[in-house]
Amino acid sequence: MDAADLDKVDEIIDRYRGQEGILIQLLLDLQSELNWIPREVISHLSERLRVPKSQIYRIASFYKVINLNPVGRHVIQVCMGTACQVRGAHKVLDFTASRLKIKPEETTSDLAFSLKKVNCLGCCSMGPVMTVDEVYHGGVNLEGAEKILKNLS
Amino acid sequence: MPRLTSVRDLQDMRRGLTSRGDPIESGTPWVAVCAGTGCLALGARKVIDAFKEELKKRGMAEAVQLKETGCPGFCEKGPIVVVYPEGVHYVKVSPGDVPDIIEETIIKRRLMDRLLYVDPVTGARGVHEDEIPFYKHQTRHLINDNIKIDPKNISDYIALGGYRALARALSAMTPRDVIEEVKRSGLRGRGGGGFPTGLKWDSARAASGVPKYVIVNCDEGDPGAFMDRALMEGNPHSVLEGLLIGAYAIGAREGFIYVRAEYPLAVENARTSIVQAREHGLLGEEILGSGFDFDVRLHRGAGAFVSGESTALMNALEGKVGEPKPKYVHTSERGLWNRPSLLNNVETWANIPLIINRGAGWFSSIGTDRSKGTKIFSLVGKVNNTGLVEVPMGMTLREIIFDIGGGIPGGKKVKGVQTGGPSGGIIPEEHLDTLVDFDELISLGSMMGSGSIIVLDEDTCAVDLARYFVDFLCDESCGKCVPCREGLRQMRDILNEIVAGRGKAEDLKTLREIAGLMTAASLCALGRTAANPVLSTIRHFEEEYLAHIREQRCPALVCERLVSYFIRPELCIACGRCRENCPQGAISEGEPIEEGKDPFMVIDQSRCSRCGICYHVCPSKVRAVVRVSGKSSDPSHETAIDKALGGDSGWRR
Ligand SMILES: Cc1cc2nc3c(=O)[nH]c(=O)nc-3n(C[C@H](O)[C@H](O)[C@H](O)COP(=O)(O)O)c2cc1C
Repeated sequence: MDAADLDKVDEIIDRYRGQEGILIQLLLDLQSELNWIPREVISHLSERLRVPKSQIYRIASFYKVINLNPVGRHVIQVCMGTACQVRGAHKVLDFTASRLKIKPEETTSDLAFSLKKVNCLGCCSMGPVMTVDEVYHGGVNLEGAEKILKNLS
Repeated sequence: MPRLTSVRDLQDMRRGLTSRGDPIESGTPWVAVCAGTGCLALGARKVIDAFKEELKKRGMAEAVQLKETGCPGFCEKGPIVVVYPEGVHYVKVSPGDVPDIIEETIIKRRLMDRLLYVDPVTGARGVHEDEIPFYKHQTRHLINDNIKIDPKNISDYIALGGYRALARALSAMTPRDVIEEVKRSGLRGRGGGGFPTGLKWDSARAASGVPKYVIVNCDEGDPGAFMDRALMEGNPHSVLEGLLIGAYAIGAREGFIYVRAEYPLAVENARTSIVQAREHGLLGEEILGSGFDFDVRLHRGAGAFVSGESTALMNALEGKVGEPKPKYVHTSERGLWNRPSLLNNVETWANIPLIINRGAGWFSSIGTDRSKGTKIFSLVGKVNNTGLVEVPMGMTLREIIFDIGGGIPGGKKVKGVQTGGPSGGIIPEEHLDTLVDFDELISLGSMMGSGSIIVLDEDTCAVDLARYFVDFLCDESCGKCVPCREGLRQMRDILNEIVAGRGKAEDLKTLREIAGLMTAASLCALGRTAANPVLSTIRHFEEEYLAHIREQRCPALVCERLVSYFIRPELCIACGRCRENCPQGAISEGEPIEEGKDPFMVIDQSRCSRCGICYHVCPSKVRAVVRVSGKSSDPSHETAIDKALGGDSGWRR
């Protein structure tokens, strides 16, 4: 983390000055800036907000959306909601994982891809659903997943 | 930006909007393109851009207004475009269709057959919503306006009569009147529990302690449900108006909208609606000159199903971990920061303006004896017309699936429906004539929950689906109380053994025992209802469990460990797709039986991990991979292979 990044962090913290109950909102905002929450940011938050680090970790690790490890340049989410599940989402997940040679929730060693399974993206009509870098793809079968992956690499 | 300082101002603004030739009320042509998450995923953004460009090119950008609207629910057929004033409803529109729509439908007022909905059964085309079976059988009060409203523009909502209910409540009703009206309407909470809304409001009003809070629950963690997203995205002001009325009724000055971060568009539209309401003086001090002050903050969740539970959600709003706490006292008396807090679901809030505008009598004339009004369901899974459907309480599941949903694709049979999400259960085909309301579904071991209806066909394994929900809940249980945390884990272990063919005779009894304990002793409703998927499948599909346990057979051919895969040489075209995709490298080209015979692939059963990828990648025209389940499918079992390859009965392709 360099000084410019920490300045950005400070700027985000300042947005919430004087408000209560903001830790989760802050972590979400910081993540959308940095893609993940590095340790230095947690230390910095702890100092600025006067909240113990353990408390911040407790929250950050409870919520699935918060990444405590670096994420890949491309983030692939496979929806595992029930509607997707009954239309074969687990196959899409297994296939994608085996293609990327990582398990769900992991990142490839070259930091190119992260694979996440999510519990419902609310696009249940078009299941199975997969998102790549926040672009939604509906009706994804294995062929579709293959095409999507090919376009990325 | 006009700040509305009285009821009169609001009326004037509405009149101004309609007389100025606002496209909603006047006869001028305008185009609505659904910009909900569903249609956007199907390419609606490109359609919108194409309209912008084409209208500009033809110099019609002024004359024809283009609206990016909320979701009308027919996601199956998106992107949806509706051309007004006639209300011509086009489905599956692509950017390439846009010049034709402008030329033919807008300029020449002619229909374009190729973009109309065609009924797959009768072949009839539907021009307007009321000619399309998916819409025709619905009763749409909550989502009806979505396709007419740009959710990012408060004027659209006001032009259609928005905030009239608030004006009425503030100017002509006391808080007590409002609560009486809600009580008499019979409205029950749409978040799953079905608690009578009026009673909850009453207790929040009567509770001592200030400040009081009102809260919108848009966590919608229930997998398979998306009505709250569609409302929050598509008509956020209707939710906000309900919230304002609730705040007035209980005497709150501050409110929160809790939206899960996985719904970025809902977050954005909720935020915009708050900003615009503030600019118009509909939030802030002295709202409509009535002396009522109120403001709202937006709070994003961060991916935790349990955080949708009332006490957990309030913990999250306080910036703490979103896990439940014991409810010795109702949150309506002591909730957020230990103050009286009124929490309702998005859809519950959206019903409030309707009740105030049209009266409790009108509302309670819809629905069944004990469940009033309409309910939005997400009709998904193995059904032809998936999407959001709003129907009166008390329609049957069969009507919903067949009349609105258009039946099951691929000529398959319906096996049952899953309702109520992870807290609900599976209802088998023979009970499809059950009326859908709060009480009827509970009597079948399921519940209405937040309104997901997931249709299952014969390719769904009841045991596997139960295992899926238990797995989901294991992931989502906060782990704070032992019965839920450990009970789920034990159930998961047992179900994993059953689907792997290692089930034991006493498993069903053990599962029931664990279920009983979890139901009795868990801290929150997540744990108390977590066994429902298991109990309801044991109740309605016991023979399927027994097939797994006694015969190591999965009748639906789903459970990986119990299914073997073979390739039929006479069908195989040796395209190599399966070989390329097999993660185990278990597939290779077979030895031709005779010289000159076509090449084919074979699966080395000793290396096969039974993932089924080969089955799914085999081109649909070829379908050479077959599945076999049951004891005799042991790969070393020669006869099973012969049987499979010979095309004997006893297995399904
Ligand atoms: C595990 C769990 C998750 C829940 N998730 C939601 C949710 O996402 N949205 C919701 O409105 N209610 C949810 N509820 C129900 C809430 O606790 C609460 O009953 C509801 O928001 C009250 O609103 P209503 O009276 O309008 O239904 C959940 C309950 C549990 C136990």
